[in-house]
Amino acid sequence: MATQTQFHVLAVDDSLIDRKLIERLLKTSSYQVTAVDSGSKALEFLGLNGENEDEERNSSVESVSAADEDHQVGVNLIITDYCMPGMTGYDLLRKIKQSSSFKDIPVVIMSSENIPSRINRCLEDGAEEFFLKPVKLSDVNKLRPHLMKGITTKNEMQSNTNKRKGSEEIQSPDRTRPRYNELEVV
Amino acid sequence: MDGYGMQNQIACIRRSLFDQGYLDEQFIQLEELQDDTNPNFVQEIVTLFYTDSARLIQNIELTLNSRPINFSKLDDYMHQFKGSSSSIGAKKVTSECAVFRQYCAAGNAEAYISSLLPHIYTD
Repeated sequence: MATQTQFHVLAVDDSLIDRKLIERLLKTSSYQVTAVDSGSKALEFLGLNGENEDEERNSSVESVSAADEDHQVGVNLIITDYCMPGMTGYDLLRKIKQSSSFKDIPVVIMSSENIPSRINRCLEDGAEEFFLKPVKLSDVNKLRPHLMKGITTKNEMQSNTNKRKGSEEIQSPDRTRPRYNELEVV
Repeated sequence: MDGYGMQNQIACIRRSLFDQGYLDEQFIQLEELQDDTNPNFVQEIVTLFYTDSARLIQNIELTLNSRPINFSKLDDYMHQFKGSSSSIGAKKVTSECAVFRQYCAAGNAEAYISSLLPHIYTD
């Protein structure tokens, strides 16, 4: 039931300089950082290697660094560059949102190019924020609410599990409410 | 020269880099990220920038010397160069990259380079 004491951010950027910068920005904000240089490495870190995600999870859930919330090291937010060779930040966003295990991890996109259609497409497809490069501390400060929301969700999920196990709360049998309608932090 | 005189000189040089448009506020952001736990951050990232830039310039030169010129590759290198210089706060380099990319888009890389060559190694 422990709340994580430190948020873990996965940063994805093919530029060495930008990786160093984002790493410093995130560490200054007291986040734990893992920085990788490609979308495929990011997916590998999350344990989403192959086409069949469930297969990967079952076989490698203990060996991969970032598994689910009960693992010591989980990922609370992904921040990725848009323009990368191979898999773009947008491709990575889509893959994460299509994954049942990771679709709720907030994703933030960074880009040096101010293209409104690109920005809108990313936001519509699930990105929480879109930062224009060069990234500054004021941008990184915008991450906290998204990270806090994740903690609330996690605690709510755990409290739901606890409620189901005990039976002191009345739950309607055909309850189909969505997950996010409670804001109470246990 | 005493320590104070030297520091004064460094401060003046630093200020002139801003005044002359070589550096912008992003460089100040880098300075603000430096502290006792990371006392060499600016030096480290600028050194990385120099190494990376040398690599990019080398690739750009190779691309410019090949025939036909691969403008797509050139644009890619310039995009990288513009990106990293912008992240460092190297304002003048960033804007030169932007101008060069426009020339490339117009297929006019050679004309631009011959006007720029004296400046690339000094700026």
